[in-house]
Amino acid sequence: MKSFRYEAPRTVEEAVALLAKGNGDARVLAGGTDLIVQMRTGVRHLRLIVDVKRIPETLRLEFDGTVLRLGAAVPCAAIREHRELRRIFPGFLEAAELIGSEQIQGRASVGGNVCNASPAADTVPALIALGAECVIAGPERTRSVPVEAFATGPGETVLQTGELLVELRIPAPPTGSGDAYLRFTPRTEMDIAVVGAGVCVTLDGEGRCTAARVALGAVAPTAIRVPAAEEALVGTDLGTEALELAAEEARAAARPIDDLRAPAWYRRHLAGVLTRRSLAIARDRAMRRA
Amino acid sequence: MSEPRKFHSVGTRPIRHDGLDKVTGRARFGADLSLPGMLYGKVLRSSHAHAHIRRIDPRPALQLEGVRAVITSADRPEIPSEHGTGGEGGPVDFRDLSRNVLARDKVLYHGHPVAAVAATNPRIAEEALGRIEVDYEILRPVLDVEAAMAPDAPLLHDDLYTRGVDPRPETPSNVAARIVIERGDTEKGFAEADVVIEREYRTETVHQGYIEPHAAVASTAEDGQSVLWCCTQGPFLVRSFCSKVLQLPISQIKVIPSEIGGGFGGKTTVYVEPLAILLSRRAGRPVKLVMDREEVFRATGPTSATSIRVRMGARKDGTIAAVKVRLVYAAGAFPGSPVVPGAMTMLAPYQLENVRIEGYDVVVNKPKTNAYRAPGSSMAAFAAESALDEIAQELALDPLELRLRNAVRTGSQAVYGPTFKAIGFVETLEAARNHPHYRAPLAPNQGRGVACGFWFNAGMQSTAAVNLTEDGSAVVVSGCPDIGGSRVSLALMAAEELGIPVERVRPVVADTETIGYNDVTGGSRVTFATGMAVIEATRDVVRQLCKRAALIWEVPVEQVEWREGEAHCRNGEAKDPLSLREIVRQAVRTGGPISGQASLTARGAGPGFGTHICDTEIDPDTGRVQVVRYTAVQDVGKAVHPSYVEGQLQGGVAQGIGWALNEEFVYDENGVLLNAGFLDYRIPVASDLPMIDTVLVEVPNPSHPHGVRGVGEVPIVPPLAAVANALFRATGVRFYRVPMSPPRVLEGLQSRK
Amino acid sequence: MARKSHVSTIVNGEPIEFLCDPPQTLLEVLREELQLTGTKEGCGTGDCGACTITLDGRLACACLVLAVEAEGRSIGTVEGIASGEHLHPLQKKFLEEAALQCGVCTPGLLVAAKALLDRNPQPTEQEVRYALAGNLCRCTGYDKVVRAVLDAAVEIGGESP
Repeated sequence: MKSFRYEAPRTVEEAVALLAKGNGDARVLAGGTDLIVQMRTGVRHLRLIVDVKRIPETLRLEFDGTVLRLGAAVPCAAIREHRELRRIFPGFLEAAELIGSEQIQGRASVGGNVCNASPAADTVPALIALGAECVIAGPERTRSVPVEAFATGPGETVLQTGELLVELRIPAPPTGSGDAYLRFTPRTEMDIAVVGAGVCVTLDGEGRCTAARVALGAVAPTAIRVPAAEEALVGTDLGTEALELAAEEARAAARPIDDLRAPAWYRRHLAGVLTRRSLAIARDRAMRRA
Repeated sequence: MSEPRKFHSVGTRPIRHDGLDKVTGRARFGADLSLPGMLYGKVLRSSHAHAHIRRIDPRPALQLEGVRAVITSADRPEIPSEHGTGGEGGPVDFRDLSRNVLARDKVLYHGHPVAAVAATNPRIAEEALGRIEVDYEILRPVLDVEAAMAPDAPLLHDDLYTRGVDPRPETPSNVAARIVIERGDTEKGFAEADVVIEREYRTETVHQGYIEPHAAVASTAEDGQSVLWCCTQGPFLVRSFCSKVLQLPISQIKVIPSEIGGGFGGKTTVYVEPLAILLSRRAGRPVKLVMDREEVFRATGPTSATSIRVRMGARKDGTIAAVKVRLVYAAGAFPGSPVVPGAMTMLAPYQLENVRIEGYDVVVNKPKTNAYRAPGSSMAAFAAESALDEIAQELALDPLELRLRNAVRTGSQAVYGPTFKAIGFVETLEAARNHPHYRAPLAPNQGRGVACGFWFNAGMQSTAAVNLTEDGSAVVVSGCPDIGGSRVSLALMAAEELGIPVERVRPVVADTETIGYNDVTGGSRVTFATGMAVIEATRDVVRQLCKRAALIWEVPVEQVEWREGEAHCRNGEAKDPLSLREIVRQAVRTGGPISGQASLTARGAGPGFGTHICDTEIDPDTGRVQVVRYTAVQDVGKAVHPSYVEGQLQGGVAQGIGWALNEEFVYDENGVLLNAGFLDYRIPVASDLPMIDTVLVEVPNPSHPHGVRGVGEVPIVPPLAAVANALFRATGVRFYRVPMSPPRVLEGLQSRK
Repeated sequence: MARKSHVSTIVNGEPIEFLCDPPQTLLEVLREELQLTGTKEGCGTGDCGACTITLDGRLACACLVLAVEAEGRSIGTVEGIASGEHLHPLQKKFLEEAALQCGVCTPGLLVAAKALLDRNPQPTEQEVRYALAGNLCRCTGYDKVVRAVLDAAVEIGGESP
């Protein structure tokens, strides 16, 4: 690893000031499970590392019954240890738990997963399915960006020089909703998603779908939402036929590439399979919570 | 036959002597040594898979503060072609070895070392690498083994002429050698066959995947002797290879083997070791040179990718009438793939009258292959055992029954020549057929496959010493690094002969100056061959103990008998037995310290056979395959420490399953390895596997005093075919290519429709 | 060259101070500066678990922690699992049941298994397998490792019902 300066500011303002001065050669360190690998393998050379794990706001983990405020540096292990969250956001927790091993979970944060902007990031489709927002502090102002608009390409985000992702705001889905996240990997663990599917559906008293969100990972330069699949679901009872239609739309929306992890045709195929399967799980969860 | 011997130590499961250090973090592995004033070395590696080196300029690196030495091939003597014996008995050309350690004129694979530096810390060394200027003339690489055989393929070596072809070819090629094993008349055999199949199989380059990267610490004294601490399967081999590569006398090199974090054949040659020595000699300070994981994958010896064609014919009664095989093995950058053992082992479990096996050793622009557990056999068995399964299917025969009808037995002649002495192949087939697993019900999407495997097991050279201590314990000294429990096994054999508890035997692995010569830990030879040396040395000690007792009792030595750790007097006089402790206590008066030694070339390594049963479950929507139940049956001769024998079987099976399902090196068209890390080179993780049941069949090896035969290699031979055969029975689709990764399996399933 | 950072930390319950450069990982400092070589490097990218430690009680790969980050934190390594001469039940079961062959992954496995049993004293086989999925072992096929962890859980449960 090449030489760099390390700072561990105590406030958001200090962090933003450091990043602004760093002028593109600075990077935020949260769990380090992507960043340190990138520096070690020479993918990234930086002059300044800003460790944000001493800032109270980035370590916040609060759920008030309607919104989860998740600090950008909170490790996945802490999310899992929270008593209430699994009941409210089972799909999101599944996604967060899939990131790496227990060792990685102890350090890796959802904020880092979002900022690393890998097309295969596990939490991103799950967050998109829940309509989560990114709260960004900057030298001028604080702004909020939906997760689905945060990444602009592989490794690229809307963050400007000096900006810092402080927290994610994840709204609890309304009564009668269920979310789910599934990914496919060749191994059972320790793998990168070949495809990931995050979904959230809401059912009314009659079991009719009133709202649906479908998001896919690893089938395009960024995670994508699939509005056509969502439209195919709303108004149905989420039966086999509706799920198959949504899966069809997911396949159609996927724009995957061939790479060492899988050929494009296979990813496209999986987009359908995982959409159908995750929707079935989400539907069952929604029915139990109707 | 005499009654099977009753053992009191051999066959028990004591705690291994080195275990405590390994569960507390005290055990010292290759990278765990630090010396005062130590420098850190790094290796500059080729960024091209095939190129001429026009020029290397190391001077800018030397100007960096903290850099103490830079070496290139200009700093090393050029050595002529000279053939010797490699780690597991295979041939090695020391000129090739030297050029693999540090490229001269030409780089032959991406990651090929071109220079090395030593600096005061690893980051400076890393930075220095970036300052070394190398000017390459890039050449077209050839990666695929069949493509490399084509007449217009780029040539790796312009002086390589195919051996084994008469007359010798007039033009060089990438085909280093051709071998033929032939018996009977295959054409006649096929004419008599009722069913004939012809199939092609492919396997990819796979890596041993040991968890500990190669590491060496070298320190050179003022008298010119270099002491090398390193993780290796063969400290004596490292000594002799370094001596060749560096053109130093053996006496100038001492090798101290550290604990070793896995090898599986991959640590039976040298990579960083000679470089560490050279850097330490150049800098006048100790140098630690440790590979990182990426270097391990890019530049140490994996095993061959292969292309195999099998034609097999059988009569209605299941007799195999004829087999014709073409094996093509990729050797990597220099000749020396394991095609020979592949050819010898692939049909060894069967009595065959008409066979022709033709094998080709082919160079490609990938790292030079090295031994990997039962070198060459797993790929060949994948083809042979898959083909047998198809024959069984065609003839509507139970696959174990088909194998039983053709199985070699004691007295059968092996395809590769010799006659088998006591072997237990049939016993493994019968044990598999009688195992509850073989009849257990299967769930939907599941299938059950069987496959068999063979490995010769090696003998080779070993030395051992047994020293009694003044309190009546024994120290067993060997020179074979303990890679998976061999120390405790050697101690058990010594305890058996001495008749004392194994806790009073301390086994150690000595350095190259403390014990006589030993060949590598490999080929499943240590418990057999070094065990034999330990037994001989211990029997020497026992003879001395008897002599001392005779002196104490003042009786002829013929009247002394050693039983259960004591000398007994047979002449009828009422003499109390003398314990080992008592004899040692009096040793000063009867002739001094008691120690024994034995050096031998072990003959009669009993061949090993295994039969595996595998259940797979497939997800038909994704093509993902899960192994849900696995049973490995093997003739292990005599299990000296059954837990570690079971462990060998389980570990070999796990590697085989990884090879079958997910492991493969993926190269881009420029010859750059795309998955040089554990994230994308997918070895099995704990949640990928079921418990792996083992059945130890014990047919004693008559050549070994305790009946031992090697056990470590056989278990990696059957799994590729066992998985493929299970998958066929689950899906009706036959897979001819490993790994059977999800996209390939799904493609297969879709082609079924 | 920039000045080194001074870091105060707790390692296996003992206060330790060291100097380091920002690019040095905690793994490098543990091994090369503090001579705590029980923690191994297998990959340097968080994919093998040989360098598993605890950092303020949570598992981490020491290769993916900068040494400077350890300021004020508490670190646990394999060297701290036994209490004095008393082996932890996991260490005992690993020995009794031959759950190691080469032993290079053993320190990481023990640290990870201990964290599992601290959190979940009675895990199922499946839970053990997933909890240890971040610790690659190439020798054992995991069979005896998983059994040793399950048996250690029983033994610990028996000690403190």
